[in-house]
Amino acid sequence: MLKYLDEYRDAGLVGEISSRIKGLSSKQLNIMEVCGGHTMSIRKHGIHELVGDNINLISGPGCPVCVTSISDMDRAIALSECGNTVLCTFGDMFSVPGSRSSLEKARAGGADVRTVYSVHDALSFAAEEKDKDFIFLSIGFETTAPTAAAAVLQAKKENIDNFFVLSLNKTMPAALKAVLSGEDSRIDALICPGHVSTITGTGIYRPIVNDLGVSCCVSGFEPADVLSAIYFLVESHEEGRPRLVNAYRRAVREEGNRKACAIIDRVFEPCDAEWRGLGMIPDSGLKLRKEYSGLDAGVRFKVDVPPSAEFPGCICGDILRGAKDPSDCPLFGKACIPEGPKGACMVSSEGACAAWYKYGN
Amino acid sequence: MERITLAHGSGGKKTYELIKGLFFRELGNEVLERTEDSAVVAVESGEIAFTTDSFVIKPVFFPGGDIGKLAICGTVNDLAVQGAEARYISCGFIIEEGFSLEELERIVVSMASAANEAGVKIVAGDTKVVGRGEADGLFINTSGIGVFTSESRPSAGKIRAGHKVIVTGTLGDHGLAVLSKRKGLEFDTPLESDCAPLNGMLGALVRDVPGVDFMRDPTRGGLATTLNEAVRGTALGITLEEASIPVSDAVRGGCELLGLDPLYMANEGKAVMMVDPAAGKEVLAALRSCEYGREAAVIGEVTGENPGKVCVRTKYGVARIIDMLTGEQLPRIC
Repeated sequence: MLKYLDEYRDAGLVGEISSRIKGLSSKQLNIMEVCGGHTMSIRKHGIHELVGDNINLISGPGCPVCVTSISDMDRAIALSECGNTVLCTFGDMFSVPGSRSSLEKARAGGADVRTVYSVHDALSFAAEEKDKDFIFLSIGFETTAPTAAAAVLQAKKENIDNFFVLSLNKTMPAALKAVLSGEDSRIDALICPGHVSTITGTGIYRPIVNDLGVSCCVSGFEPADVLSAIYFLVESHEEGRPRLVNAYRRAVREEGNRKACAIIDRVFEPCDAEWRGLGMIPDSGLKLRKEYSGLDAGVRFKVDVPPSAEFPGCICGDILRGAKDPSDCPLFGKACIPEGPKGACMVSSEGACAAWYKYGN
Repeated sequence: MERITLAHGSGGKKTYELIKGLFFRELGNEVLERTEDSAVVAVESGEIAFTTDSFVIKPVFFPGGDIGKLAICGTVNDLAVQGAEARYISCGFIIEEGFSLEELERIVVSMASAANEAGVKIVAGDTKVVGRGEADGLFINTSGIGVFTSESRPSAGKIRAGHKVIVTGTLGDHGLAVLSKRKGLEFDTPLESDCAPLNGMLGALVRDVPGVDFMRDPTRGGLATTLNEAVRGTALGITLEEASIPVSDAVRGGCELLGLDPLYMANEGKAVMMVDPAAGKEVLAALRSCEYGREAAVIGEVTGENPGKVCVRTKYGVARIIDMLTGEQLPRIC
């Protein structure tokens, strides 16, 4: 595995692409890296300092923890506190503040909240502890939806009737359109998410290039990957010709992973979803199809959730839209730090604020 | 399988059997076996170093060690990085009802072996058994007394700009070995904890090579946290060279896969030190001649820039800050 990584971390190669970018770039260019994984890679390796002054790298809405709306967070917390439930979640969600509490605080108050590494951990708990109801807090984009779908099918097949899913899963295309169509959008080009694209294929970006005139480049996560993607985007921008490039050919195919798409489609159907910062976006979420609604935690457990409210002053929403940078937030690094986060972008390991803070920007 | 019952902690016959039949058999010495309420020990005149640590690791057995070996090495190393030679250790066991007696025996045997290697005596002990669900298997507390046998006393106050930062070997082995065991992850290249007593190597170093002005063992929170603690609130900063930091291929690969950073992973058999630049080569040679220091490396230096901060220069020539660990490192989710 390291062989494949080292190849894309080679200092000589990185230096070479960096100088080519600087040589080619003559116009201001705002590039959004959609995925939180790219934000982390850029900040960790200092890629933003290797591309010259004309290029501005802006974080996007591709961190699943960050885009989970505060009302969904409040609902998850309420579910963890209702009756005989056990809420299973990925670790990053554990500390995300809701309006009044967090899963971490709920657990300290006696709720059974467990961090899991995959949905299958939650399914195993459910199979072993029949006297409790297990709710898997399902977040993520096209990348994680197939495993959630597989778990739903397995639960159904094996009659594990105490396993439920709270689907907060989201899909990329509608959200990207919303970001780019916003009045305050300053984005000229996109570094498209590598992992999502392995599932969806590259076709989902075609309307963005053709209809909105925004260049898209699918990228891997190593320094040479990201720099190559930036090079292609600069080239398109300089030529004034928007285009779609797949610079992550070792993982992403034009048609994507059809099997994974098929399992998503079998278990889930599109629904409207609320995104932090972007609001309600039609057909940007995934809900369980009718035949699996018995496993839908939202259907099975009714909880009263008082109206939700963001922390005053928090600009996570603007940051997720790419309208503002973390350093524009009055709370950043002061009232909002990883040990005491006010917004989700400071909590998640892929959050823009966490990346800027951690790597000292 | 024979299990620990509440009777083993009652102070009665079963307790006596456990102490005599296991603890004395493996750890016994003339001081411990006096069975008095306090151990009375002799030390050279002057100051002593005194430390305590509790071990609650899960799982209790992991590749490269177990909670017993860890409990001895952890305390021995805490004394060693202070420049003190570990002499006496106390052990407190808190055992959950139902814990396997055979496993306890293996753990105590492992403690005896580590104490023997480190040349320390276990002179005081305590055993408590709590009901099922009131503890998680086995907790061990160890306290240790060390004496100073050389003039050299490393301390944070001696850190100066220009000092070389040296680590005694690869980073992250313990943290990743434990995590992979806990989560049932298997890698092609086996991972092993680096858990080891460093007092032999570090004791000889401070005695024989002048200029070792600061030492710490980068346990919880890893190297990044230890270095941040060393310069926090001072006028000094640290700049590391990413390419010089030793990390084994197994740890590097495992961390890549899980989205973790070896700089924040726990170590249990490593020390990091700040060394007078003139002594750098000699320190490195001394460390590399020892079993636990073969992969020692200079990884950076103390500077007057970026006060209170630790920076790393990436191999692309860009500097970035390395902050302290926040919460627990978690694998990526997508």
